[in-house]
Amino acid sequence: MFRRLHEAEGKAVTLTVDGRPIEAREGDSVAAALLAAGIAVCRTTPVSGAPRAPYCMMGVCFECLVTIDGRGNRQACLVRVEPGMAVATQAGKRELGA
Amino acid sequence: MTASERRDYDLAVIGGGLVGSAIAWGAARRGERVVVLDEGDLAYRASRGNFALVWVQSKGLGMPEYAAWTKRSSDAWYRFADELRAATGYDVAFERPGGFHLCLSEKELEARAAMLRRLHNQPRMVEYPYEILDHDAVAKRLPEIGPAVVGASYCPLDGHCNSLRLLKALHAGMKSEGAAYLANRGVEVVEQRAGEFRIASASGELRAGKVLLAAGNGNARLAPMVGLKAPVRPQRGQIIVTEKVRRFLDYPIATLRQTDEGSVLIGDSVEESGFDDSVGLGVLSTMAARALRMFPRLAALNVVRTWAALRVMTKDGFPVYDQSESCPGAFVATCHSGVTLAAGHALFLAPMLATGALEPELAHFSARRFDVSQAA
Repeated sequence: MFRRLHEAEGKAVTLTVDGRPIEAREGDSVAAALLAAGIAVCRTTPVSGAPRAPYCMMGVCFECLVTIDGRGNRQACLVRVEPGMAVATQAGKRELGA
Repeated sequence: MTASERRDYDLAVIGGGLVGSAIAWGAARRGERVVVLDEGDLAYRASRGNFALVWVQSKGLGMPEYAAWTKRSSDAWYRFADELRAATGYDVAFERPGGFHLCLSEKELEARAAMLRRLHNQPRMVEYPYEILDHDAVAKRLPEIGPAVVGASYCPLDGHCNSLRLLKALHAGMKSEGAAYLANRGVEVVEQRAGEFRIASASGELRAGKVLLAAGNGNARLAPMVGLKAPVRPQRGQIIVTEKVRRFLDYPIATLRQTDEGSVLIGDSVEESGFDDSVGLGVLSTMAARALRMFPRLAALNVVRTWAALRVMTKDGFPVYDQSESCPGAFVATCHSGVTLAAGHALFLAPMLATGALEPELAHFSARRFDVSQAA
């Protein structure tokens, strides 16, 4: 669905999404990395269960919520990828967590 | 044509909040031709800002009849919610698992226990169970509580609902029963002439055989126009709401509850601030700090919104239900518990208005009680 304009920029970073490794580039937001890896649905909504994907990519719409390193409802477009980061797509409501 | 045939409506309800629409729905179901005159978006709208508890424990110290009326409404709430769902299709998410009032010090717990003893020792007090529990007993039912919770009072009659959906359901219900709903009709003048009420707003006048004042804090201004009194004042409450989270709390707490959709509401502040419905960080941070001592794991949640709303409060904190002697057919209903009392308003009070007279059991709620206390 999406492809990178500049393949050369940035070092490769490996993170996992739902336990599966994906490759991103240093400086990517988590939302950009998800889209570049072809992961279009990042969560389902808490009440109706409708699928959602990253949308505004600038911290406004709150559509791209995911669980990052165990913490739910993080805005994927506002968090930069880090090596070994564990991202999980969300089904409905987040957990209360630690 | 007789005078009654020329009338536009049998009953005009001034106010389309929870009190007005519950009574309008109940009266329309009894065959009354009802009109509801609501204010616009500039109104204070306590019915959209409330905390949505259906609450019994602790109510009625100083007026046991209020405890009985509250319990009667609470006992009818399942039936009310079922009938509302059958009529409108809306599930208002009523649950009655019992509710807790958590105490964060021995002193708070002792004061709570003493207050409930006084409440239940009153003559004519309606009987219902409640318990004072220590930390361990509370933790059995509320495993997420923190070590700061010393104990709690618990009453099995307490519950909660989705009050925004309740308001929506009542509006849908009254419309499907044929009631007319008129928005942006802030009422300027009500008067009785030739046995009927003329109700004037900026967009014209309409006529009705009976009138119910259910305008919240607006009742203070309207009541004297029809020989009634409604000495009410605004009392501010602030509320914090978090993002939605998977269910972790199976019981409502007096100051904190998890909604049917997963948000956590933190509330129950009380301030005398006139008609100022702004929020303030001082009160909000105190509320948040107490909530975290009750449930430490709430610290992981994001707050998504805060707001304030104005309760409709009498001097003694009890409702006013009254009928006018000088203008027969004029009624007033006002309370700060439009959610808890919604079942009673729809199922018990509305039929009285349809009949045309309040039953004697409601005599204690007349505003004449305030004259007596002034004379004493």
